[in-house]
Amino acid sequence: MSEYKIHALVCGGTGCRASESDKVIENLQTEIQKQGLSDFAQVIKTGCFGFCEKGPIVKLIPDNTFYTQVKPGDAREIVEEHIVKGRKVERLLYTAPDSDEKVSDSKSMNFYKKQIRIALRNCGIINPEDIGEYIARDGYEALGKVITSMTPEGAIKLIKDSGLRGRGGGGFPTGLKWELTRKVESDVKYVVCNADEGDPGAFMDRSILEGDPHTVLEAMAINGYCTGASHGLIYIRAEYPLAIERLKIAIKQAREFGFLGDNIFGTDFCFDVEMRYGAGAFVCGEETALIHSMEGNRGEPTLKPPFPSVEGYLKKPTNVNNVETYANIPVIINKGAEWFAAIGTEKSKGTKVFALAGKVNNVGLIEVPMGITLREVIFEIGGGIKEGKKFKAVQTGGPSGGCLVEKDLDTPIDYDNLIAAGSMMGSGGMIIMDEDDCMVDVAKYFLDFTVEESCGKCAPCRIGNKRLYELLDKITKGNGEQADIDRLINLGNVIKDTSLCGLGQSSPNPVLSTIRNFGHEYEAHIFDKKCPSGVCKALMIYEIVEENCVGCTACARACPVGAITGERKEVHKIDPTLCIKCGACEDRCKFNAVIVK
Amino acid sequence: MSRIKVELKKDQVDKIKEICKAFDNAEGELINVLHKVQGTFGYLPAEIQEVVAQELTIPIAKVYGVVTFYSFFTMLPKGKHPISICTGTACYVRGAEKVLDEIKKVLKIEVGETTADGKFSISCLRCVGACGLAPVVMVGEKTYGRVAPEMIKGIIAEYADQ
Repeated sequence: MSEYKIHALVCGGTGCRASESDKVIENLQTEIQKQGLSDFAQVIKTGCFGFCEKGPIVKLIPDNTFYTQVKPGDAREIVEEHIVKGRKVERLLYTAPDSDEKVSDSKSMNFYKKQIRIALRNCGIINPEDIGEYIARDGYEALGKVITSMTPEGAIKLIKDSGLRGRGGGGFPTGLKWELTRKVESDVKYVVCNADEGDPGAFMDRSILEGDPHTVLEAMAINGYCTGASHGLIYIRAEYPLAIERLKIAIKQAREFGFLGDNIFGTDFCFDVEMRYGAGAFVCGEETALIHSMEGNRGEPTLKPPFPSVEGYLKKPTNVNNVETYANIPVIINKGAEWFAAIGTEKSKGTKVFALAGKVNNVGLIEVPMGITLREVIFEIGGGIKEGKKFKAVQTGGPSGGCLVEKDLDTPIDYDNLIAAGSMMGSGGMIIMDEDDCMVDVAKYFLDFTVEESCGKCAPCRIGNKRLYELLDKITKGNGEQADIDRLINLGNVIKDTSLCGLGQSSPNPVLSTIRNFGHEYEAHIFDKKCPSGVCKALMIYEIVEENCVGCTACARACPVGAITGERKEVHKIDPTLCIKCGACEDRCKFNAVIVK
Repeated sequence: MSRIKVELKKDQVDKIKEICKAFDNAEGELINVLHKVQGTFGYLPAEIQEVVAQELTIPIAKVYGVVTFYSFFTMLPKGKHPISICTGTACYVRGAEKVLDEIKKVLKIEVGETTADGKFSISCLRCVGACGLAPVVMVGEKTYGRVAPEMIKGIIAEYADQ
C-alpha cells in the first residue's frame, strides 16, 4: 500500500452531490493519474463536512486547505497548482464575510472554531464505505470493550453517569431507557434505531448515516448487549437513498469483520441488524407509531403505558433510540462518563447537532456544546443574517417547536432552557428568519404541515389543527377579526391538552409562540389589513408611481387580467378591484414605477 | 381523487404475486411489499391493492388504509419526469412557494396532477436535506439547487424532448 502524502477529501453528502461532487471526485482522480501522482495523492469520498452553504467542499490534508464551491472544471487546477506545485488555489478558498479575507485553513474558520464534534467526529473525515477507516479511528473498540470486559449493568451505569439524553427531541435519559428495557424479562427483545427524520429542515441523522454509518451499528450492538436484545432494526426514511445504500454496505462489512452476527468478539453475544423503510409520515418519528409502521400498519401512535421498553415491536420489549443518540455512545464508552459530563450544562450534557438553515449566511450542520447561546450559533458560527438583513426569529424544534426572538439570543441552549423560553430542542432543526418573513405566514406554513401529517386518530389534532389553519388563512387573507386571536389561543391550548401523542401536543406551538412574540403582526393583519413584511399576497396593493411611469405599456401587456390601463407615453393605472396581485407588472417594469404597499 | 380504471395483465398479476411471495406473503411485510410493487409499476391503483390484499390474506381496506396513510405511496401514475418541489421550512423561507407557482403556471397543472402528454407531474416533498441549496427542485433523480422562478422554463425545456 502506498503511503500517500496528500489526501483530497471530497464531500459525498446529499447536498454536495446535488452540485456534482461526484464529478469533482472523478476529475480529481483522472488528473492525479495524468500527472503520475497515484502513489502520492489520493481522493477520498467522505460524508458531510457540515458547511453545506458553500458546497461542494474539497479539503486537502495535511494542511487543512478548505476549498469551497468547487466545480468539476476546477479539478485540474487543484491538482496542477496545489498538489504538484504546492501553491494554494486562491480563488477557491473560503472568504470570511466579516473581514473579506481568504481563509486557507479550516481550523481558523468561524464556522468550525466553536464546534465540538462528537457525534459528527468522523463525518467529512473518513470514507463511510470503508470499514477500515472507521476502525482506524477507534471504531468498534467500544463494542469490544463492553462485551469482553463489562457487565451490561456496568455499561448502562456508565451511560447513565454520562448524563446523555435522547437526541430525537424528547430528551429522555438514555441510560435509564436502557435499564428499563434490561429489567423486563423476555425471550426476545429488540433495539431500534429511529432514522425517520421528518422535521423539515433538519438533516443531522441523514448526515451521520451517510458519513459514519458504522458508529450507529456499533452503538446498536452495544445497546443490544446492555438490554439483552439480539435483533436490531433501523427504521429509515425511503427518501434517503444514499443513507440506505451506505448503511447496507456498512452492515455487510460489519458482518464480514464479525462485528455483527454470531459470537461477536469470541463471546456468546449474538447480534444482527436489518433495515425497515418508512414511507413518508412525520408521525412515525413517535416511537409507538414507528413500531406500528415497522409491523406493516398505519403509523398511528398508541397510548403509553405500555411503554415500548415493556411491550413494543411484535409485543416484545423494544428500546428505541435516535441516530444522533447512538452516535454519542461509542465515544462515551471510550472516553468515559466523566469526560462527557464535563461538556455542557448541569442538566444537558455533551453536544447537540443542529441543522442551521433559512436566512443565515452559513447554512449547514454544526455540533456545539450544550449551553452555547443562540447568538454564538447564529452570528458567529452561522456568520449572521443573509444580505445584512435584520434578525427576526429562529424556529427550533421544527413544526413542534416555537420561535425564539432577539431577547432569547443570550439564553444558553439546553433542553430545559428552550422549553422555558417557549420552544423546544426537538431533533435540532434551526430555521433562521429575517425581517422579510411574516410570522403569521410562518405559523400558517407549520400548521399546513401539521394538518397534512396528523394521523387522524385524535379529534383535537385532526379537526382542531385544521380549524387553526383556517383561522390563520382567514387572517392572512385580510378577513381576520378581533376575536380570532383569542380563538387561536383557546383552541391551541385545548389541542395541546387533549392530544394523545407528541405531534398533537406540540402542533399549536408555532401559533402560540408567534402570537406571544409577534402579537403586533397579527394585529396589523387583522386591524390594519396590512402585512408588515409584505408576504401575504391578499393584503398587498400594487400601485404605479406617477413620477416614474414613462408609459411604455410593458406592465399593461404583462397583466393577465387586464387590470392596467393607460395610453402610450402616459401614466398607467392599476384597477385594484381587478388586480390578482400576481406581481407580473412589477417584474416587467424597468423604471421602478410599480410598487407594493 | 379521480379514479383511474386499470386492467392488469396476467404477467403483471404474476409479478405482484412474485413480490409478495419474496416476502413470504407475510402481513407484517405489507409496507415493504408496497415499496417494491410501486417501484415496479410506478403507482398503486386499487386493482394492484386487491392482488396484494389477496396474497397477504388481509382485507383490501387495510391495504388501502396503509397506501393512503403514507405520502410516499401514490394511487395515481406520475409523469415520465416527476417534478418534486421541496417545501421544507428552509426552502419555504427562501421562496419555494414562488417557484412552485411558476412550475404550475408553466405546466398548467396542479400539485398531484400529470400533464396530458404524461411527461411531467408535480409533487411537493418535505426536505431532501439539501438545505444549503434552498430552494430545491428535483426532476426525476436530478437535483436543482438555488432555483429561482426565472429558471423554471429552462429546466423544463431540458426534458421537453425526452
